[in-house]
Amino acid sequence: MDMPVTKKKKLGLKERYALMTRGLGWEPSYQPIDDIFPMDRFEGIKIHDWDAWEDPFRLTMDAYWKYQAEKERKLYAIVDAFAQSNGHLTLSDARYINTVKLFVNGFAPLEYMSHRGFAHIGRQFRDVGPRVACMMQSLDEMRHSQTQIHAISNYNRYYSGMAEFRHHHDYLPYLQVPKSFFEDAATGGPFEFIVAIGFAFEYVLTNLVFVPFISGAAYNGDMGAMTFGFSAQSDEARHMTLGLEVIKFVLEQDPVNVPIVQKWLNKWTWRGVRLLTLVAMMQDYMLPKRVMSWAEAWEIYFEENCGALFRDLARYGIVMPPCVEQIRLERDHLSHIAWCHFYQARGTSDFHVWLPSKEDMDWLSAKYPDTFDRYYRPRYEYWAKCEAEGKPFEATAVPMQCQVCQIPMMFTEPGDPLTLCQRHADYKGEQYHFCSDHCRDIFEDEPEKFIQSKIAGHEVFKGNAFRPGTDPTAEGFNPAAEALAFFRIEHGRDNGLHNGSTDERNFALWRGLAKAND
Amino acid sequence: MAVKAIDTYEFEPADKAENFHGACVIYAGWDGHLLFSSPYAWPLPPDLPFAHFIAGPMAEIFGQHPDWAGIDWNSAVWTRNGEAFAPDMQASIAANGLSHKDALRFRTPGRDGLNGAGI
Repeated sequence: MDMPVTKKKKLGLKERYALMTRGLGWEPSYQPIDDIFPMDRFEGIKIHDWDAWEDPFRLTMDAYWKYQAEKERKLYAIVDAFAQSNGHLTLSDARYINTVKLFVNGFAPLEYMSHRGFAHIGRQFRDVGPRVACMMQSLDEMRHSQTQIHAISNYNRYYSGMAEFRHHHDYLPYLQVPKSFFEDAATGGPFEFIVAIGFAFEYVLTNLVFVPFISGAAYNGDMGAMTFGFSAQSDEARHMTLGLEVIKFVLEQDPVNVPIVQKWLNKWTWRGVRLLTLVAMMQDYMLPKRVMSWAEAWEIYFEENCGALFRDLARYGIVMPPCVEQIRLERDHLSHIAWCHFYQARGTSDFHVWLPSKEDMDWLSAKYPDTFDRYYRPRYEYWAKCEAEGKPFEATAVPMQCQVCQIPMMFTEPGDPLTLCQRHADYKGEQYHFCSDHCRDIFEDEPEKFIQSKIAGHEVFKGNAFRPGTDPTAEGFNPAAEALAFFRIEHGRDNGLHNGSTDERNFALWRGLAKAND
Repeated sequence: MAVKAIDTYEFEPADKAENFHGACVIYAGWDGHLLFSSPYAWPLPPDLPFAHFIAGPMAEIFGQHPDWAGIDWNSAVWTRNGEAFAPDMQASIAANGLSHKDALRFRTPGRDGLNGAGI
């Protein structure tokens, strides 16, 4: 007897997506929905029709596993080949390794924070559509963090400043800037988080992070970093589209959402660009073979691309954040201000610094004709003289920091590059200082949040940067040395100048062995 | 504005004076000398004479600038949190009316940075 064959039609993408996302949800029967999802209303965002949420990629879990697994196989094949062929010796120059250090200490832990943030909000939205999208992004971010750490671990076997990246991210003063940035976002509600990270960071600013680091890797022979960059690229494209979809969805739901979203865009564009100070510096000073200047990247990726984006959002009543005006004024100063700071504060960093060579300075003059020669070249020339005389200039004192972005107060008044900018506010009988009007505005909007900031310098003064069991009253106690020990910075190895560092010496030695006969 | 939150949201300031073991945090920056990338912070005993603050912690860092030696402190112009301030050099930090997290800035007329260029 023949068995009747029921020919089942294969499900289309749309049907499969519906079944694998909304189809997995259910109507609660014995608990009020507000009790199940207590977090998605307190921010004041009003959503009337969750069904209007459309995932632009309609990605389902099974497809997700398949794509990601393929990318993993390719990535690890290259990472292994890089390790086995001593790929680190094909770099343009040993100075490039400091870019890798900045990346693993400053950015890979943010991918992990992003994973946690999206996992958190993936529980908070009452509709299953955005929950599934957040869950996928959460997995992506975890994968990015892991692949970056794996790829960079090849460098950690040979060079300093990377082994303690987790501890450094938690405690090292300059890394409190990226850390507190993400903590601010993760302690907002789910809508603020998704606007801050999903839109402001992943959409508005992502190219200014991604392109400089990954093109920098490609230009400087870093096959490992280049590969994790490419492996993450398709995810980033998905995150960008998701970020845009979220913004449009929220803005279309209710007019009361518009001013709330605008406030977040103003805040997070500013906070994002303050954080990108590190990238600006990397781009202009830390790549031996340069890709493009920070100013050029800003023109392409912000002025052109994001200008178009904000024009598109104008129909909802969204305007370009007012801070952009100041960012434009700082464009030709940012990287120089930062490198001048890191040069002198090199004692508490986990990467090495150096003075730009004559050729570097000529490039900087050409890229920054209005600012470099007038304001910054004289500093480098003076410091070069100090180094030549055997008395390198170094600022060992603790810098004053901004209460919001936590960056040392190194920025100048907008339009006056020779005066440092300071703003001040009082709250509940305590006083606070800020690097800018925009950081002060952020404080004044939520003072109760930012009075909790852990200001790295203050933590040292309070005695919170000592190892357990330390007795600060003991004879001959040296608080600076103890703080370095607590930070797990090996003085003279992890910090200081590149010239004469063990990294510089080892790279030259090993590359010599790889390229010549004994 | 109050923080929007799911419950009462009130915290103690992390950097209240009493958390600093009797010291008082004072910031100072030297205007027109951008060789120093930012003002700096020091936890100072409130009974420290102002002149000792200059000769000790401040000199240790600012003394690297060729303009530092031989500053005429009588002509230096000070501000405290943006307002005019005239320190009594012999009086202590506390007797000068300085309080925790005050931000001082000073200008040294005639000594305006490398080649007078504000650096």
